[in-house]
Amino acid sequence: MIDILTHFPNLWGELPVFLDPFQLFTIPLQEWIEGIVDFIVDNFRFIFQGISVPVRFILSSIESFFIWVPPTIMLIAIGLLAWQIAGGAIAIYSLIAMTLIGYFNAWEETMTTLSLVLTAVVLCAIIGIPLGIAAARSDRFESTIRPILDAMQTLPAFVYLVPVVMLFGTGEVPGVIVTFVFAVPPLIRLTNIGIRQVSQEVVEAALAFGSTPNQVLWEAQIPLAMPTILAGVNQSIMLALSMVVIASMIAVEGLGQMVFRGIGRLDIGLASVGGISIVLMAVMLDRITQAVGKPTQNLSWKDRGPVRLFRSLTQNQKPASST
Amino acid sequence: MADSNAKIRIENLVKIYGKNPYPALKLFREGGTRDSILKETGKVLGIADVSFSVNQGELFVVMGLSGSGKSTLVRCINRLIAPTSGNIYVDGEDVAHVSKERMRDIRRTKMAMVFQKFGLFPHKSVLENVAYGLKVQGMGQAERDKKAQDTLEVVGLAEWSNYLPSSLSGGMQQRVGLARALATDAEILLMDEAFGALDPLIRRGMQDELMRLQAELHKTIVFISHDIQEALKIGDRVAIMKDGYIVQIGTPEELITQPADDYIQAFTQDVNRAQVLKTGTIVRQTVTVILGEDSVNAALDQMQQHELRQMYVVNRQGRPVGLVRRSDLEQAVQEGQNDISAVMERDFPQVSGSTSLEEIFHLYEKRRSLAVIDQEGKFKGVVEQSDVLASIGRLTAKSKEETAAVQDYVAATV
Repeated sequence: MIDILTHFPNLWGELPVFLDPFQLFTIPLQEWIEGIVDFIVDNFRFIFQGISVPVRFILSSIESFFIWVPPTIMLIAIGLLAWQIAGGAIAIYSLIAMTLIGYFNAWEETMTTLSLVLTAVVLCAIIGIPLGIAAARSDRFESTIRPILDAMQTLPAFVYLVPVVMLFGTGEVPGVIVTFVFAVPPLIRLTNIGIRQVSQEVVEAALAFGSTPNQVLWEAQIPLAMPTILAGVNQSIMLALSMVVIASMIAVEGLGQMVFRGIGRLDIGLASVGGISIVLMAVMLDRITQAVGKPTQNLSWKDRGPVRLFRSLTQNQKPASST
Repeated sequence: MADSNAKIRIENLVKIYGKNPYPALKLFREGGTRDSILKETGKVLGIADVSFSVNQGELFVVMGLSGSGKSTLVRCINRLIAPTSGNIYVDGEDVAHVSKERMRDIRRTKMAMVFQKFGLFPHKSVLENVAYGLKVQGMGQAERDKKAQDTLEVVGLAEWSNYLPSSLSGGMQQRVGLARALATDAEILLMDEAFGALDPLIRRGMQDELMRLQAELHKTIVFISHDIQEALKIGDRVAIMKDGYIVQIGTPEELITQPADDYIQAFTQDVNRAQVLKTGTIVRQTVTVILGEDSVNAALDQMQQHELRQMYVVNRQGRPVGLVRRSDLEQAVQEGQNDISAVMERDFPQVSGSTSLEEIFHLYEKRRSLAVIDQEGKFKGVVEQSDVLASIGRLTAKSKEETAAVQDYVAATV
């Protein structure tokens, strides 16, 4: 076989056209896309710059707040929040994880990454939940949006990294946008599924008593779909965290940058610190958001965690002061 | 309006499922059956040209097997399912053709629905569930909570207002469903197999409860059921559906005694006839003695003339006051006693015409016939033990004739 090829190097070139029809022409997809992107960059860049203003505002407010808060106070806040939402065990885990991250000397990077993830997830919720509701209400919209969502999830992030940079520049805002594109599909899908899964009879009951479509949505569908929607938020957070390293390629600061720089310098230590910190934080965020979706106890939030402790303390003081 | 008493009047209602049902509708108008329409167009005929009316204050049961179109029918009335063709008049207004906004208004104020699997909002407390219709009407929080609490009182669940529906048993959940429907003060209740998901014992309790409430509230109720016993027990009138059309509409007695075809007869075969048939439908009109007017001699003459062994004595208002026997009268004539009140038995069995046959068996003793009275207490006639036995016997070819004879007799005399 190899002999034949070396003896007749032009064997394939001599094939008739009908056996290799691809030599006829090439679809200039590259040029087309370049042209389209250039056209958009030249004419509509101001729109994307406009979009980046509110995103930058949310991001920089969250980030500067997180970095301004002293670590001890942040630790206490995270601990209390985790205790209230997810119970004592997760709270202890969160405290240990965040303390470790602090002693790894990765605190500031963690806060940057946390604020980036939060901003992306807020954006996902603002845009994804209404789209999911729209998809649940209209079969046609659902079948239109489904291939787009598939594309958003399967298209390698590197591919849209370049046009995003051309439109938004480098830095944290395009980082949020890239993360958003990757993290929003499960939220849209799960919102859609959650609302469609609400018992037909409950929806009929709401309608039979004269509810408007909006009342059906707010009184029955959204509250009953809430666990599924929150599972979607949880998925968004997880996917957003997984984008952190890729986003660091377009100059996004944070834990991803530690990993990226570590890889570039073959500094296994630096990359590992970044990676381990990401995992510690991911597990913490996952457990906390999962607990929002399904409260394990049937107790109301007032009878759980620190709020209950606080209430029982203040109630114990009352009889003491009256005597 | 042809019938001013009709609360709901349905005319030529047709429902064909699927997009663009009009070719199928045309086929149906040309005489297509459910199967031929499905074969040719792939569309399912849900309701096939149904017309009937439900009167104010009536409990109207639509009975049929699954797939007979009964649930579709009830959903057409409040337009949860849009009819393909036909009219549905509620208080003279055609709800099949009103605007969406008006329909919403009608749903809020005129009709309420109870669902088979309760259709409660699992995330709302029992009180919030009951108050839902009022909330949608725009009533304020305090007012609607109070009204919902009062309605929960009516169905006996006042202490459960702060629980979630999931902590209640099935029967209790359906009481909540019923309370939710009652709370809006809608005049029409649509009940879609409301007791179908309950245990038999609970179901019977709920049926009694519904009848008790209906006696007080006089709602117009369209009740869907797949259970013939239930239909005959609670319904003022019953419509039996099959394959989307109505086979027969009638009172429970009519369905039992005059089944329109073999289908109805097969349905009613296992029914306890003594429970369904009312004394009033088999009452036998007869001559009476009027107290203070007729003498013992006149009474005895009448008896001999009509070949009777006993007769009821009524007062001038037509109320039965006693029973005289032929042997006693003959003895009185021999003794020269001419006062009827001296020979009549004052202790006699009397029942109202709406009593079921099952409830009168124990009254037969000492060979006495039963006095049947109407709502005002006036004497309507008698029912003898042999009449009861004849009417509850199975409809064999022979007894069919006998029953028909009884029916003719009643029709001629009432």
